[in-house]
Amino acid sequence: MSVLYLLLPLALLLGAGAVGVFVVALRRGQFDDLETPPRRMLLDDERGVVGPPDPRRRAVAADAER
Amino acid sequence: MTAAPPAEPSARACSHCGLPVPRGLIEAAASEQFCCAGCRTVWSLLRAEGLDEGFYRLAEGAARAPARVSGRRYLELDDPAFTARYVRPLPQRGLCATELYLEGVHCTACLWLVERLPRLEPGVVEARLELGRSVVRVVWDPARLPLSRVARALDRLGYAAHPYRAAEAQRLRRREDRTLLARIAVAGAVAGNVMLLAAALYAGLPAGMEAGYEALFRWASLLLTLPAVLWSAAPLFRAALGGLRARTLHIDLPVALGIVVGFVWGAVNTVRGRGDIYFDSLAVLIFLLLVGRWLHRRQQRRAADATELLFALTPRSARVVEGERSRDAPIEAVLPGMVVEVRAGESLPVDGIVRVGASALDTALLSGEARPVAVESGALVNAGTVNLEARLLIEVTAAGEQTRVAQLMARVEEQARRRAPIVEAADRVAGYFVAAALLLAALTLAWWWRVDPRAAIDHALALLVVTCPCALGLATPLAVSAAIGRAARRGILIKGGDALERLARPGLLLLDKTGTVTTGRVTLSRWVGDETLRRAVAALESQSAHVLARAFAADLAPAAAAPAPPAAAASSAPRPSPGPPLLVCDVRETRGSGLEGRVDGVALVVGAECFVVARCSAAPPAWAASAAQLAAEQGLTPVWVACDGALRAVAALGDALRPEARAVIDAARAAGWRVALLSGDDPRAVAAVGQALGLAASECQGAASPEDKLARVQRERAGGGPVVMVGDGVNDAAALVAATAGVAVQGGAEASLEVADAYLGRPGLAALTELLVGARATLRVIRLNLALSLGYNAVAAVLAMTGRISPLLAAVLMPLSSLTVVIVSYRARTFGPPIRS
Repeated sequence: MSVLYLLLPLALLLGAGAVGVFVVALRRGQFDDLETPPRRMLLDDERGVVGPPDPRRRAVAADAER
Repeated sequence: MTAAPPAEPSARACSHCGLPVPRGLIEAAASEQFCCAGCRTVWSLLRAEGLDEGFYRLAEGAARAPARVSGRRYLELDDPAFTARYVRPLPQRGLCATELYLEGVHCTACLWLVERLPRLEPGVVEARLELGRSVVRVVWDPARLPLSRVARALDRLGYAAHPYRAAEAQRLRRREDRTLLARIAVAGAVAGNVMLLAAALYAGLPAGMEAGYEALFRWASLLLTLPAVLWSAAPLFRAALGGLRARTLHIDLPVALGIVVGFVWGAVNTVRGRGDIYFDSLAVLIFLLLVGRWLHRRQQRRAADATELLFALTPRSARVVEGERSRDAPIEAVLPGMVVEVRAGESLPVDGIVRVGASALDTALLSGEARPVAVESGALVNAGTVNLEARLLIEVTAAGEQTRVAQLMARVEEQARRRAPIVEAADRVAGYFVAAALLLAALTLAWWWRVDPRAAIDHALALLVVTCPCALGLATPLAVSAAIGRAARRGILIKGGDALERLARPGLLLLDKTGTVTTGRVTLSRWVGDETLRRAVAALESQSAHVLARAFAADLAPAAAAPAPPAAAASSAPRPSPGPPLLVCDVRETRGSGLEGRVDGVALVVGAECFVVARCSAAPPAWAASAAQLAAEQGLTPVWVACDGALRAVAALGDALRPEARAVIDAARAAGWRVALLSGDDPRAVAAVGQALGLAASECQGAASPEDKLARVQRERAGGGPVVMVGDGVNDAAALVAATAGVAVQGGAEASLEVADAYLGRPGLAALTELLVGARATLRVIRLNLALSLGYNAVAAVLAMTGRISPLLAAVLMPLSSLTVVIVSYRARTFGPPIRS
């Protein structure tokens, strides 16, 4: 049972990690609009759009975080 | 008023929006039909770009509206002043980003189409639409194309674009939202973990636990609760302190007190190694309170955007004429004395005097009058009205903030600001509750001090913790958000909980006439005289673009214009039977007077009295004059019809009553509302409509300007009792805001819709009855919730005072009360089952 002294803090650290991930997602604006994304995922991607990542998209994503 | 022929769906549906095509616009030869020029433009564009298949597949089944293509050039968006204010340069490759507010966005198909913008205009890198707010974020390369071209592309798709003025406020609000969500996340994680630890502690209670493990669990609980209390609960402390500074007992006061005292005492007990700890209850309490707060914020979000749209009413640019040339100028650069050109179909950007041209204006925006108003040289015209027929040159007398519509909007904004915050049911209870909880805690302390001083503090603390009004805090927001959700699925949009509360108490119900109890479209109300001429007249009128001419379109049997499915032809009950196509020739239109021409060889004259009588060989018979007079008394427009020089019929054109209006008004009266009409239209027309609805003449007020409407609402409110205003136009907007609650009906101007507390998103008035009934049911649910949570608190208080409460009991009671409130809120039948479109 003394393993609890190790496991308890470890479990809490894991939990803290999950909260951290949530906060990062929050900062990136993933929870700003809860209405559009569930519909957007129903739309087909256009053919030819999938390809090497466009470096400009990173700038776009960075702007969305403001 | 006799029953008007119902506006039946025509045989053809518009290829773009799916709405029936007016018979006059059906083109026999074409396979595609359009209800308006906007739909035609959008359809052709989608077809040309190969976007039609994707769009129409998605749009199927969704409620759609005709596309409005303004054809504006949007050059003002390229102005350096605009760029400095609204455009953000991005760090990479010289890209720029900005937000634009789009009109006419409603469904997934719109989302799809707007986000295909990079394909239509290759210089656009990305377009992301946020459906809830109709705001699109555009990222584009200014070296490749100007922003005006982006806006023109959106316009051609039927989404008129406007600068999004609230971007800065929106960013601030978004930051607050994110912080609150983060607080909830921390509180939730803490609550879950502390509860797990507490479960282990409770399980160890009967058998006894090894001291080392017990100390570990208690210390772990303390450390875990620390961030929840110090960070997550900070807004609660701030609110409680703010209340104390304002010398009121805020509902957060006992919560804050309970949290602080409970946490400190729990910490002391942890250090001492004996006594109760309440960390699990505290953590759950903080989590649930924050969730309630978040629900509340979400409801209020929409209301906060309210006045943003008011600036979309008038065009932001004007076509200034200088000598032979004309140029687009942003509205800020238009000065009194300049001459601007307004083409048919455009809204007027300025107040002014007509210098050249004659036309008819749709002034519904300002007056609520359904019928177009004829204007000619020298007439005074207002910004925001729509030029219906012909090109006008207007000398500017006022532009921008000085126009009448802008001043009206300024009043709307002022009203919105001055509206006092409503005291919600929970807040009303809170004061008493706080006082009672504190008093009981003091009593418990005093009583137990004499019996057993060591237990006294424990019992008083237990009381403070277990009476924390967690369910009380959830009671209102949960009931309201559940009701708002149910209403939304029935096409009724409600902007906040306080609106529901304000709609629940019966008082005075003020109804606008045009567009609210009537359809807002001019149709043929009555035909006196030779019935056999109706088809011929309709065929003749189909040659005219005049607004009144469209009223006859329903009379034109389908066979006359286009081959149609037999089902549509058979449905024309009150209408002359269809026959072979009629041959119309020699049509001559006299502006503002009437129309003449030959239909199947018969000379027909249709129009105003003087125009028709001048072309008759004999004086008009007495019945015609009396029919025309009767029509005028009822606020209808008489149209005279002569055939081969003899007067044969008088048609009365007017705005048809909504078929369900009577039932809605009767239901409202039965529920205890006083009902009255308040309209900007001709008093005679208002009285006639009132009579048809069973309202006394004293309850029908006509010829009310927007200012009169506002004054009436303010007067009625000063007299006490709630005043609910139902309207559709911009002329109602100030009254909608000033009223206890404002309700906008479908098809109204977007501005009135935005300032209203509730919006009936289904055609017709039937949703109004539902809204009033649902609001009442919601108030009942709120009261039930309050009673339940107070009941739980009473039980817990009694247990604590008698010293029988334990941390375990508190940990069970508290979530149980919240759970009851959740179940009651979501099971309540406040609004009916969802409507599938």
